[in-house]
Amino acid sequence: MAPSTSSTVTLDINGEKHTLSVDHRTTLLDALRERLDLTGTKKGCDQGQCGACTVLVDGRRTVSCLQLAVAAEGREITTVEGVAEGGRLHPVQQAFLDLDGFQCGYCTPGQICSAVAVIEEHAAGWPSAVTDDVRPEAGPPPLTPEEIRERMSGNLCRCGAYAPIAEAVARAAAQARAGAGEAVA
Amino acid sequence: MREFDYRRADDVPGAVALLGADPDARYLGGGTNLVDLMKTGVERPARLVDVRGLPLDRIEPADDGGLRIGATVTNSDLAAHPEVRRRYPALAQAVLAGASGQLRNMATVGGNLLQRTRCGYFADVTQPCNKRAPGSGCPAVAGEHRNHAVLGASDHCVAVHPSDMGVALTAFDAVVSYETADGPGRLPLDGFYLPVGDTPHLETALPPGALVTGVTLPPAPAAARSRYRKVRERASYAFAIGSVAAALDVRDGVVREARLAFGAVASRPWRARAAERVLTGAPATAEYFAAAADAELAAARPLPDNGYKVTLMRNLVVAVLSGLAEEAAR
Repeated sequence: MAPSTSSTVTLDINGEKHTLSVDHRTTLLDALRERLDLTGTKKGCDQGQCGACTVLVDGRRTVSCLQLAVAAEGREITTVEGVAEGGRLHPVQQAFLDLDGFQCGYCTPGQICSAVAVIEEHAAGWPSAVTDDVRPEAGPPPLTPEEIRERMSGNLCRCGAYAPIAEAVARAAAQARAGAGEAVA
Repeated sequence: MREFDYRRADDVPGAVALLGADPDARYLGGGTNLVDLMKTGVERPARLVDVRGLPLDRIEPADDGGLRIGATVTNSDLAAHPEVRRRYPALAQAVLAGASGQLRNMATVGGNLLQRTRCGYFADVTQPCNKRAPGSGCPAVAGEHRNHAVLGASDHCVAVHPSDMGVALTAFDAVVSYETADGPGRLPLDGFYLPVGDTPHLETALPPGALVTGVTLPPAPAAARSRYRKVRERASYAFAIGSVAAALDVRDGVVREARLAFGAVASRPWRARAAERVLTGAPATAEYFAAAADAELAAARPLPDNGYKVTLMRNLVVAVLSGLAEEAAR
């Protein structure tokens, strides 16, 4: 095969297939914003250091600025435009609104996508860097404010709205646990 | 960014064949380091071979009772794995201490070992750098070197290896597996990284075109009581200024076995064998822990602005080993 610097790819975004031709240098972030008009995902540092561009790829949070679009073909991508469930805000979105989990709002889409995944990672029993005993026998750590702050540390907020952000994540996580409890009962 | 060809590999021999011996081609794993370096122009590959979809994403028991970790296992999956957390807790802690949740979901084990230094001169293509542009000089020696190496460096390069994961893997005698067009090979992690000398641009002993396929951890009962502690300039999401991976087997107040490796002090994860020799058979007390640290750090050659690292590492070793000894006494 002769070398080629662009490819036609089909990206699965928020349950919809989009076919487009991309220069291989195009990041998923730029494809979302500049090609598909999905501008909810924000460009902050463009170096993987701020988390503003966080999206879910195959259900896992990633930074879309370091993800090449061509390498994202065949994977399920969820952006902030896709986290609500049928016109009803995701509990994380609702908690951010109710608790004022933002000031300027620029980092918020990344914070929300990240928080959605943090709650799932914690529910799956993943430890974090502040978990004292990582051995599985120790059981999952309680989602304390310290745990939330560590797990959300990949999302910077230049306004410094961390206190209500951490509260919003805690509230949404508590709701998710209550919901799971009800489903079991 | 330079334009590049992109290919996806379906299997290991296919990946090796797609890369060929082309010095302008690179394997693409999670991309968290490579894509960033391509944006800044430090890396200018003409072809990427995407290995993320290779069937190397498993963590399995090894024949000798150890663990075999595939090269495309993500940092997240490694740190979440029950056997890793149970048998090599310092490895899970080291991985969790690195980067952010987002980056750990993308980054792979193979890529972690091959990531490049975060030295500011290496990252800035307008600056000289012997690692990036051999023979151009090292501005860090007389310049900004607060976070640079105190062990094993040379006048040609004082950059540090940034991995946390690699520090724990080094302490636990991990062995790297790779594949080439001429067949497979293995390298103990302790010999995987080359001495700096006057060739800082040559970083590993991997043959040209080799694809890292996995890392094997031998069984290490002492690792069950192990700890990774990282010191950094903010509470989370920052590279280390010093770190320690340690395991301690203490019986009746005497050290039977010790594993010790340092991070962020050298061009590679630094196995502290001189310290281990002092510890083995010694009383498990702070006095001997300090003597062990001193034995290792006797070889330190700090620069004007990074001498604090010698003190930091000494204190870190004593603190981590004392914590492990206290746990053992409980």
